[in-house]
Amino acid sequence: MYGNAYIETDGSKVHSIIADEDPIKLALFEARIAAGDKIEPKDWMPKEYRKQLIRMIEQHGHSEIIGSLPEGTWITRAPGFRRKLALMAKVQDEVGHAQLLYSAAETLGKSREDMTNDLINGKSKYSNVFNYPAPTWADSAIIAWLIDAGAIVNQLANSKGSYGPYCRALERICAEESFHLKYGHDNVVFLATGTPIQRQMVQNALHRWWEPIMHFFGPPDKSSQHSEILMRWKLKMGSNDSMRQTFLAMYVPKIWDLGLTLPDPNLRKNEESGFWEYTEPNWEVFKQVINGNGPCNKERLAVRRMAEEKGRWVRKALMNQGAMYVSPLS
Amino acid sequence: MIIQSLDPRISRARLDDQSCDGQLSEHEHFETFEVFQQVKRGTHHQHVGSLHAPNPEMAILFAKEQYCRRGKSVNLWVVKTSDVFVTDYEDADIFETTEDKKYRDPEAYKVMDRINAYKARLNP
Ligand SMILES: [Fe+2]
Ligand SMILES: [Fe+2]
Repeated sequence: MYGNAYIETDGSKVHSIIADEDPIKLALFEARIAAGDKIEPKDWMPKEYRKQLIRMIEQHGHSEIIGSLPEGTWITRAPGFRRKLALMAKVQDEVGHAQLLYSAAETLGKSREDMTNDLINGKSKYSNVFNYPAPTWADSAIIAWLIDAGAIVNQLANSKGSYGPYCRALERICAEESFHLKYGHDNVVFLATGTPIQRQMVQNALHRWWEPIMHFFGPPDKSSQHSEILMRWKLKMGSNDSMRQTFLAMYVPKIWDLGLTLPDPNLRKNEESGFWEYTEPNWEVFKQVINGNGPCNKERLAVRRMAEEKGRWVRKALMNQGAMYVSPLS
Repeated sequence: MIIQSLDPRISRARLDDQSCDGQLSEHEHFETFEVFQQVKRGTHHQHVGSLHAPNPEMAILFAKEQYCRRGKSVNLWVVKTSDVFVTDYEDADIFETTEDKKYRDPEAYKVMDRINAYKARLNP
């Protein structure tokens, strides 16, 4: 799952971003990207490119790890052995995605320990949706279907970006995500076509998740010179709103097709413009949650901290004292 | 404050939300290995990515979990990243003349033209 472009776009900084870069190297770098070439770890790159990439890839990695927590708690209670196996496989995939992403971020010079510490100290962000609980089995089904669907929209776009290691990781990730999507859809369809109680359960979960899903793609972007540069450098592959549109166009019809409702009376496709119209979700809530005040922020980080703490003796026992760390090759 | 969760196992763990446990010291995540996977006998091993492990045996174990969860694999290699020698992209010009060496390509040899010309001369 779950790359989310929470890139800060501060227009006032835009001049200092490029001002002290070597103009010839910068021109070569930009020409390479414009030609569709990938940037590799040892290549020269602008400081801002490196900084934003580390932030993006790291956030994405954290989202995979933290995202596995609300689903992971459902493994023991998933109805039936086959669903337990499938959910376990999905959760293992997500943790594996984090490993791939952390490796990609490491090629830019940030160690994995630094990334983990920044996560458990609350310094790094992860996708906001995982600060919400999954109170019923239907919630885990909605996560697997629609949150993963949103993530796929994001990841497919980003896999066409400019940084080689990130693209390679995303290609592997996208290949695995298609199982998550199918598995999630299967669970939702099973409930939606089941008993009245099952139907009600999935309907309620859908209403609970609608606002977080609308938040998922981030606030409407203000166009700024900064985001223009990030687009030119193929770090940002589409505006938040365009990703949200892609998602709505693909999944709202599938939701309505099941006879399920969504909690937004203004949601409809404008046949003339082709765009989906909707009520803006409450972005104040989004800000509150991302800054630590969501229903599960503390729990997520505490669980992650516990995992590091309880795994320490194992890591210590295995540690090879003479070992020298080097960052991954590619 | 002690975390209260919907998941009873998390509540039972009595996690303190202010705790500073879990901090990693530098390089607690071991050495880096590059992973090569062979999906079928007779094919080349292909580089598929990297991972961290305390020793080669564990690296193989992690590589199986990380890179062989789907489809077929028949063999794995892991190599310490620090043992891999690489060329510099800056030096990519060392490959530049390769494509000019047409005499290495079968297409460079067009004997039929000469044979036909020869035959035409023999039987005008
Ligand atoms: Fe994922
Ligand atoms: Fe996923």
